[in-house]
Amino acid sequence: MNIAANQKPEVHKEESMLMQKEMISANFDALATAHEEGKKISSTFVPGNLNELLMCFDLVRNLPEINALQSAMRKKSGGYIMEAERSGHSEDVCTYVKSDLGMMAKGQIGPTGKPLPTPDVLLLSYTGCFTFMKWFELVRDQYDCETAMLHVPYQADGEITDNMRDFVVMQLKEQIIPTLERVSGIKFDIDRLREYLRQSAQAEEDLVWVLESAKNRPSPIDAYFGGVYYCGPIFSAFRGSQEATAYYAALRKEVADRVEMGLGPITPEGVMQEERIRLVVEGPPNWTHFRDFWKMFYDEGVVVVASSYTKVGGVYDFGFRHDPDNPIESLADYCLGCYTNHSLPSRVNMLCSYMDEYEADGFLVNSIKSCNSFSAGQLLMLREIEERSGKPAGFIETDLVDPRYFSSANVKNRLESYFQMIEQKKARGDAKTAT
Amino acid sequence: MTLNEIVESCQVLYDDLSFSRVSEWKARGIGRKAIGHMPVYVPRELIHAAGMLPVGILGGGDQLDVIHGDAYYQSYICRIPRSTIELAVTGRLDALDGMLFPSTCDVIRNLSGMWQLKFPGKLVRYFDVPQNFDLDIGGAFYIRELQVLRDQLAELGGREITDADLHASILLYNENRGAIRELYAYRSAQPWQVPTPEVYLLMRAGMVLPVDEHTQLIHDYIAAVKTVERPARDNCRVVVNGLFCEQPPLGLLKSIEMAGCYIVDDDFMLVARWLLDDVPAEGDPIRNLSEAFITYSVETSCKYVPVREDKGKFLVNSVRSNQAEGVIFAAPSFCDPALLDRPMLQKALAAQGIPYTAFKFAENSGQLQPIREQAGTFADSIKLWSAA
Repeated sequence: MNIAANQKPEVHKEESMLMQKEMISANFDALATAHEEGKKISSTFVPGNLNELLMCFDLVRNLPEINALQSAMRKKSGGYIMEAERSGHSEDVCTYVKSDLGMMAKGQIGPTGKPLPTPDVLLLSYTGCFTFMKWFELVRDQYDCETAMLHVPYQADGEITDNMRDFVVMQLKEQIIPTLERVSGIKFDIDRLREYLRQSAQAEEDLVWVLESAKNRPSPIDAYFGGVYYCGPIFSAFRGSQEATAYYAALRKEVADRVEMGLGPITPEGVMQEERIRLVVEGPPNWTHFRDFWKMFYDEGVVVVASSYTKVGGVYDFGFRHDPDNPIESLADYCLGCYTNHSLPSRVNMLCSYMDEYEADGFLVNSIKSCNSFSAGQLLMLREIEERSGKPAGFIETDLVDPRYFSSANVKNRLESYFQMIEQKKARGDAKTAT
Repeated sequence: MTLNEIVESCQVLYDDLSFSRVSEWKARGIGRKAIGHMPVYVPRELIHAAGMLPVGILGGGDQLDVIHGDAYYQSYICRIPRSTIELAVTGRLDALDGMLFPSTCDVIRNLSGMWQLKFPGKLVRYFDVPQNFDLDIGGAFYIRELQVLRDQLAELGGREITDADLHASILLYNENRGAIRELYAYRSAQPWQVPTPEVYLLMRAGMVLPVDEHTQLIHDYIAAVKTVERPARDNCRVVVNGLFCEQPPLGLLKSIEMAGCYIVDDDFMLVARWLLDDVPAEGDPIRNLSEAFITYSVETSCKYVPVREDKGKFLVNSVRSNQAEGVIFAAPSFCDPALLDRPMLQKALAAQGIPYTAFKFAENSGQLQPIREQAGTFADSIKLWSAA
């Protein structure tokens, strides 16, 4: 074990961690009391979420995927999923959807134990995931409320065309904004949007700096397990807010300090001491056994230096920033640019560049049963990336929030074999270099 | 041709996983090209207008031994992409000069990217269609997407696709749609005369035959079947739903009918029935195709239904207009669109007091006895306990 002390130390909470915890908790509180306080609630998905726009209408933001993953981390999702399956939802389909529907069926109590009131508007940004469209229809079937649907075309040929952008912009101007005005009773103010986008761009700048800090040796962050925390505010109800900007500034400072001190990432058991293997990971994490899963990596001195999942709510490390000077077009480009809205060849190129730029020793796919948007084609991606990078690739299967699909012994066994293979390959490479 | 000869010729086309008919068609003219497309919907009129043959690629069925295809997919992904990859990597799709992947689900969408990686020399296009059904918004987007496809096909074919070419193709496909409507109406009126396995084979033939030949084949079939008298059984009348992408083995359709259910409507080969009426064959052909898509196309699980109260209406209407007594949901295993949609469609049926049953299948399902028993029990329950 490579943790500073062999005994479980008390986890040192850095300022950014405390800030994020407070932000999330406050948002669940705001949702619980929104209607009492005369506020309206929107429900929307993470990829392609239009948080800045929703803020322009003073809507409190509810994100079903966040509820599902938070429920999973609190060991509640399994019951919700079974509840949904009992009411006729197939065992074959996305467990985020079933966790959400099961939670609704069981009284709509959110992950923190506070009520999640019925939303006043459903905003479906159909971005990079077909299931979103059906999920939205299923949720709409439960709630009798206003709905707005934004179809974001798929970047099949690796580029955003004018037609795609125009289509999204037109939907925003002609349909989404008028619906939000009607629901909220607040007139759209583009200057307010510009200000939020300015905040977003600043936060995005800091997030990218943090993610790219993993190019250091040792990496001061884990860009998958730690990365999901770092992306939390910007992927959910906070992008565009001053709180988010402050969070990312604080996070950047903390990571900069760690770089300066030559420290590795913070894990639940303290600072990782020795970095033995650097990985790039494709696919979402498992949430039901998140800490056990992470431990399988840090116990072996394995750090993830780049991941695709941390791009699912927006790809910022190839230059995109929200642009206050072109606010609506910028929202369109953001939606179009989310990771799973990219073609498979684009995803392969992106991951290959990570392998190279982050000097990774291997490429790992965590293939998620629930998520065909990510998973379909991953075996071909794996072969392509292995071939192009010359680095060994590994493959494991888990699920998002269904505890029945996390086989701890199986995953651990596979990972240990994979890590051994990487070490052997590295050793052979080192020996060759020495001779 | 006699009825048996027609059905047998369709069966030969169905069994031919090497698409030799496509190769033969190409060999009959210099520079001829064929464009494959996955199920659900692509505007075949554009391919035809380019002088090319549209070829429906609907997986490998239950006769293809999938060896390579399984190496590309996890166990929890449906069967059609793995058998389609199998067809391609074993050279059975070599006659195709391009491949279109309609907007169906994430698996088919990602298959387009796999095709780009595996077959870099071929035309590969993910054909995105609008989920926004406002003519000025979704329609405008779709017009430009259609134009891109028109340009790509023109480039591949080495010649412009004129409006006149498109008008001529639209006319031919209108005739085809008309013939299919006649076939389906005939089956609905006298399902004992037109068994669904035969309808299925006829529709599959349309996936490889030139459109005019297929139209003639349907006319010939209807004429031939009217000369024979087949016994009417005391079967119940059902609509089957969920077969729009991965195809049922032929034995599954036979099993349903043998179990006492006449299928009076279905959703397989939707590409041929997608547009519910003729497309105007004058004026701007691209705009006409777009308006047809936006304003009179089928409702299926691959599409968004903008109004909550409309969800399932299309299926309910199909039940009513075909005087069906129930619905059989037959969804392929791991099919996101069909399986996610099913509870909502079931709710719509329940609200109207329409009975239904549901099961899953794969294109290579071999054990059909449980399906036969389930369909038989469903038929019995309708016959014994329905209000009628």
